[in-house]
Amino acid sequence: MGEKTQEVKLHGMWASSYSKRVELALRIKGIPYDYIEEDLNNKSQLLLKYNPVHKKVPVLVHNGKPIAESYVILEYIDETWKDSPKLLPEDAYGRAKVRFWASFIQQQLFENIGKMFTCEGEAQEKVYKEVIEKLTMFETGIKELFPGGAPFTNGENLGLLDILMSATLTSHKAVEEFRSGNPEPRKESFIVLMCNSMKEHPW
Amino acid sequence: MEENKVTLHGVWASPYSKRVELALKLKGIPFEYVEEDLTNKSPLLLKYNPVHKKIPVLVHNGKPICESLVILEYIDETWKDGPQLLPQDPYKRAQVRFWISYLQQQSSGQLMLIIPPDVMGSITSDGETQEKASKELFEKLKVFEEGVKEFFPDGTPCVDNNSVGILDILLVSLFGAHKVQSEVLGIKIIDQEKNPLLFSWITAITELPVVKEIIPPHDKLVAVLHTIRNAGLKSPAALP
Repeated sequence: MGEKTQEVKLHGMWASSYSKRVELALRIKGIPYDYIEEDLNNKSQLLLKYNPVHKKVPVLVHNGKPIAESYVILEYIDETWKDSPKLLPEDAYGRAKVRFWASFIQQQLFENIGKMFTCEGEAQEKVYKEVIEKLTMFETGIKELFPGGAPFTNGENLGLLDILMSATLTSHKAVEEFRSGNPEPRKESFIVLMCNSMKEHPW
Repeated sequence: MEENKVTLHGVWASPYSKRVELALKLKGIPFEYVEEDLTNKSPLLLKYNPVHKKIPVLVHNGKPICESLVILEYIDETWKDGPQLLPQDPYKRAQVRFWISYLQQQSSGQLMLIIPPDVMGSITSDGETQEKASKELFEKLKVFEEGVKEFFPDGTPCVDNNSVGILDILLVSLFGAHKVQSEVLGIKIIDQEKNPLLFSWITAITELPVVKEIIPPHDKLVAVLHTIRNAGLKSPAALP
């Protein structure tokens, strides 16, 4: 495939972690893009045209063709720009493991963390306990994905899971404050370590 | 030729399980099937899927893969002979993945209110809640129908053994038994007049010999759905 001009635009929102995931992926791959900040109370005509089904950000537009759903976009980016760090492993089994944990992060972690914002008191405590439980499960499960204990799942390069984790969990301190209960740093230790090393990373 | 041992842990009434069975049969992959009793899960299942303890689980040369959609992508990437479940072109793949995600989010939610998708029972409902849920389901299906029209440029879904893809598999697992589901609930899940494209698409898929082989017998499925529904309606979680 020749070096034709690639027009890449991202419709996003600064506070959206779904949006951040895509930005991170584009930067890791070194893909130049135009960023369009959307006002979710006043969505642009383009956004509504590009994502008529959900009318949400992020939407990636590649040479005029729109792709919606952050996870779908991440896989698209990895499959389209092949000459740069891979977001997913090359082998099918490695990919299956990453996809399994990506699904876990989204369904078990992210949604539960989100629930914490919409309830309080005893109900919130219960959700918090579930979140910690899931985090521990996650920690145990992905230990095998880290070659020799290295901080990122793809060796030195950030991979898909790192992107999802970063967007989901680097706000964990904010979540802790919000909960204003007793944080349990011990259980989150590994994740904290990973998030901190990700914060240190230039991107 | 390296050894290729494939085992599938599943449950006959589970649409998630059926998806994987269908994919394996379409690709012509020989496999061993292990029927799990969900009230008495095998130690192997618990070992292979410690996180969710659920079926289906595909075991390939001793390596377990969980989550039906993850398994389908794995199958497609590992066995290149037979129909390609996903298109080659990244943009088309993105479109297919978008609609898969849509069906998973929308339909599962609505269907949970109307029909529990697997034997483990869940909230079912009657009366007003059911009516609202079925209206919402219909609206979502309409959006889906509109969205996938571009996949069928001449308006008629044509499905044959060589061109069955992941969306076809998903549709038949969710709605292949729509007539049975409609029978049990007394409402039309897929209406030929309201969702003509979807109706003809699903009918075309269910006519395929390989699909007919694995769809559970009508009466058995009716019986199971009745049991689940009655249990659900009686449960404290039931909605009016």
